[in-house]
Amino acid sequence: MRALIEELCGVFGPSGQEERVREAIINQLDGLVDEIRTDRLGNLIAVKRPTAGEVTSRRIMLASHMDEIGIMVTHVDAQGFCRFTTIGGVVTNSLIGSRVHFANGVEGAFGLEGSPIARDRPTPQKLFLDVGADSREDARVQVGDSAVFRSSFGAVGDRLFSPNLDDRIGCAVLIQTLRELESSPHEILAVFTAQEEVGARGATTAGYGLEPEVILAIDVTATGDFPKATPMDVALGKGPAIKVMDRRMISHPKVRGWLESTAQEHDIPYQLEVLEFGSTDASAVQVSRSGVPAGAISIPCRYVHTPSQVADYNDACGAVRLLVNALSGEYPQ
Amino acid sequence: MDELLEKLSIARGVAGHEGEVRTILREELAPYVEEISVDSIGNLIARKGKSDAAEQQRVMLAAHMDEVGGMVMRANSDGTVKFRNVGGLDPRILPGKQVTIGPKSVPGVIMRAPHAARSGRRVVPISDLLIDTGGAGGIEPGDMITFESGYEQYGKLLKGKAFDDRVGCYILAELLKSEFPCELVGVFTVQEEIGLRGAGVAAYTVQPDVAVALEGTVADDLPKQSDESPTTELGKGPSISVMDRSAHADRRLIRILTETASEHDIPWQIKQPGVGGTDVGTIHLARAGVPAVAVAVPCRYIHTPAALMDPEDVKNTLKLMDRALSGPLGRPLGAGWSEE
Amino acid sequence: MNSDKKPQSSDCFSLLKELSETPGVSGREEQIRARISEYLAPLVDELHTDTLGNLTGLRRGHNSSGKRVMLAAHMDEIGLIVTRLEKGFLRFAPVGGVDLGALPAQEVTVHGRSDLPGLIASRPPHVLSMEEREKPFAQADLFIDVGLAPDKLADQVSVGDFISIRRSADGLGKGHATGKAFDNRLSVVVLLQALRILQGRSHGWDVVSVVSVQEEIGLRGAKTATFHLAPDVGIALDVTYAEQPGASPDEALPMGSGPAIGLGPNMHPVLRQLLVNTAEREEIPYTNEVLPGNSGTDAWAMQVSQSGVPTALISVPIRNMHTPAETVALKDIDRSARLLAGTICVLPEDLSALALDDQA
Repeated sequence: MRALIEELCGVFGPSGQEERVREAIINQLDGLVDEIRTDRLGNLIAVKRPTAGEVTSRRIMLASHMDEIGIMVTHVDAQGFCRFTTIGGVVTNSLIGSRVHFANGVEGAFGLEGSPIARDRPTPQKLFLDVGADSREDARVQVGDSAVFRSSFGAVGDRLFSPNLDDRIGCAVLIQTLRELESSPHEILAVFTAQEEVGARGATTAGYGLEPEVILAIDVTATGDFPKATPMDVALGKGPAIKVMDRRMISHPKVRGWLESTAQEHDIPYQLEVLEFGSTDASAVQVSRSGVPAGAISIPCRYVHTPSQVADYNDACGAVRLLVNALSGEYPQ
Repeated sequence: MDELLEKLSIARGVAGHEGEVRTILREELAPYVEEISVDSIGNLIARKGKSDAAEQQRVMLAAHMDEVGGMVMRANSDGTVKFRNVGGLDPRILPGKQVTIGPKSVPGVIMRAPHAARSGRRVVPISDLLIDTGGAGGIEPGDMITFESGYEQYGKLLKGKAFDDRVGCYILAELLKSEFPCELVGVFTVQEEIGLRGAGVAAYTVQPDVAVALEGTVADDLPKQSDESPTTELGKGPSISVMDRSAHADRRLIRILTETASEHDIPWQIKQPGVGGTDVGTIHLARAGVPAVAVAVPCRYIHTPAALMDPEDVKNTLKLMDRALSGPLGRPLGAGWSEE
Repeated sequence: MNSDKKPQSSDCFSLLKELSETPGVSGREEQIRARISEYLAPLVDELHTDTLGNLTGLRRGHNSSGKRVMLAAHMDEIGLIVTRLEKGFLRFAPVGGVDLGALPAQEVTVHGRSDLPGLIASRPPHVLSMEEREKPFAQADLFIDVGLAPDKLADQVSVGDFISIRRSADGLGKGHATGKAFDNRLSVVVLLQALRILQGRSHGWDVVSVVSVQEEIGLRGAKTATFHLAPDVGIALDVTYAEQPGASPDEALPMGSGPAIGLGPNMHPVLRQLLVNTAEREEIPYTNEVLPGNSGTDAWAMQVSQSGVPTALISVPIRNMHTPAETVALKDIDRSARLLAGTICVLPEDLSALALDDQA
């Protein structure tokens, strides 16, 4: 799965423009599922039909989002500098010194108006993007083009570094789960969603269209394990986190219980997650139609929404084991 | 430029009080459409052109009837009125403006005390402003407050209130007078300015294959200190949204619109991304999703008593929509996700 | 917790007291749901708990038109959740819009392996600098002490356990009451009282009472319940701001001035008029609550469900909202119940009576 994570992290895919991620994932799914389709908002839906058996079959939706945060060009000035708006919750403080790239390969570096040693917090209005052009005509980008943080996957031991572990690591976990899941009594709706970072929009419509009986999001979560972090009991390397609550959702007790008891039964280390900001695709699907029992498995990730996100490979492996074991067995009555 | 546009601009209708605009449109359109109805929240839904063809595309066009304005919180015994905004108002432009209040159209002015000019370093919040009615009476809590402003020609531009989004209503009404190969459902929505409320409900009912919101949008083509985006510019044709705060436009629809415009020599512009939101925000999330995009007429000074727009942009927006509906917008969308 | 008490109390205060004191933080409504079920069951023909935990009671109408009014009163209350165990103390985060200013020194119940009493603690002012003392508490300054050693605490409590405010409901002055979670348990009392009134009256429409969950974290229960039930009409029951120093006089209503009938774009004008007419006919004092936009209640979610639902809102004014010391004038509860029941009895036989005319 390590190679898979690295491969997916290398693909361009800001919210609303997930085409390349979708194609990369379709290539990976070959032979793993019974049906693959793309819906009207661009969600990739892979269906694995249940194996007949004694156990009650459920329609279980698993959601990992394909899109990543980025920026979009709002103006190219006469000298070729670009102004931009953010796509999703980009941490603006992290922009200075970072680089982005566009779909056509053009690179950009962020600059700050005025003195380079100014100590003010940069607002997006004070930042601009240098795309290597000397005039508007010379710029190879135009208003409406999107860019993402430049791919820079790296690893130190089991610690993985990349600007878009959120949520390519979740996509990899979901693909790996489909690889390892020999059979399941449940109908598995593996959904690689679009536009999560701008408000779980893809999951909103996919949830409506698919009418699942259970929704599990597979996404990253913040941690409380670095200097002066917001108090939070989630740390890298202590296993996947089972979500209790985030900014928009409280997990269904039955879903949480199902995951916890699976982890305990199979000796998979896990943590409980209470996240005070942010949410996942599960929150949107939870309130779809008449309501769907919802939960989430989170990969702890430091510095989310910056160009340097850090996660632990073992937590991703634990998430796969947790998913494979949960989906192989019975969903609680 | 047209009597209907003038009537729509003058009509009064903030969110929840769209009846007057609805009446004008219903009467105007009744001869041209096959079915016209009002739903429980107040959307006016006009349908035409449905055929038995299995592959026929259902296109929903949306334009919102409501304008920004105010609501009476309390009518005081001294003839003053406390109010709040309904939709986004800039409190800095309010003092000294003329308004019309409630079903009895009571005139009033938003007060500004003389001393405020001297100590005017602070923006007075709307909750601290008062309207003077001169003790007219006949005002109830909940009454709507609209700006009072005439419709007239300014040079080659048009001036009026509520172009956001009566110009969209006008264009949609004109489109509904023509015939297209697709099934066309025109929805005049309510409560856009307080959260895109009507459009989502209508899209749930209509279940369109694709949707386009027709808007009057921000133009900031004004003098400024630095080289910044004008958001949109008057006279440069219909504006097409790629991304705003409410939605990412469907990329296939953007391509259809820009290619249609180029083919028919219609000018067009891309709106500054990240600014504002439209009914597309709720429409594209209805049911299992609806590919959608917003097309707008650039307007200076929207959300004030007097906006300006270029009649050429209105004509070109109408022409672009007409050609697109006669062409690729009226046909099923391909899988064409791939990038240009 | 009055667990052996027969659920037959018809006295408004004792019912409010019992519901107020029963814990039910958003997302963990089991206890309050069980308690409300006992009261609701005898008043309805069918009772269900749905996927998210909404309690749904159907009371059939006296003719078989099949038209259905949905009443929504949320059962959940704001509260806290454990985020971390730290040297024998608990760190917490809010669930819903908790007023941090009312938390210091407040007693709570930690719903761990068993229910534990605890209190929200902070360092004593005596040891702080003047500068530190003058700042209001931040969440990071507060923690919960349940009096257990670190190892015992870890046995009893884990991250993700919910915490509710511990406060008895009591009478106050003449006809007022004070307690926590009056938002929105008092509306549950309104709902129950209205159903009791309906037992003795004839109503054509089916009445579906939804005691909703997760309102305080985004109207989540009402959203799914309304979708599921697809009612012809919706009436939400909630609380609003009563006049008190510091509250904007434009947006607060006098205590004890009767139910407030919502007015604004969230409300269906014809349905609203039906409530006003009922109040006037039955001589129930009422006020108008002017809502220029989002009402912040279940009505906001109900109105835009599916193809839209004509929606109204009845609110009871309370003081000190979202603190452990909410207060209410009890007579407003009975008045609201009479208004609600009276309106249900006059819902029109033909839905076209609710069509919007172009004046609206």
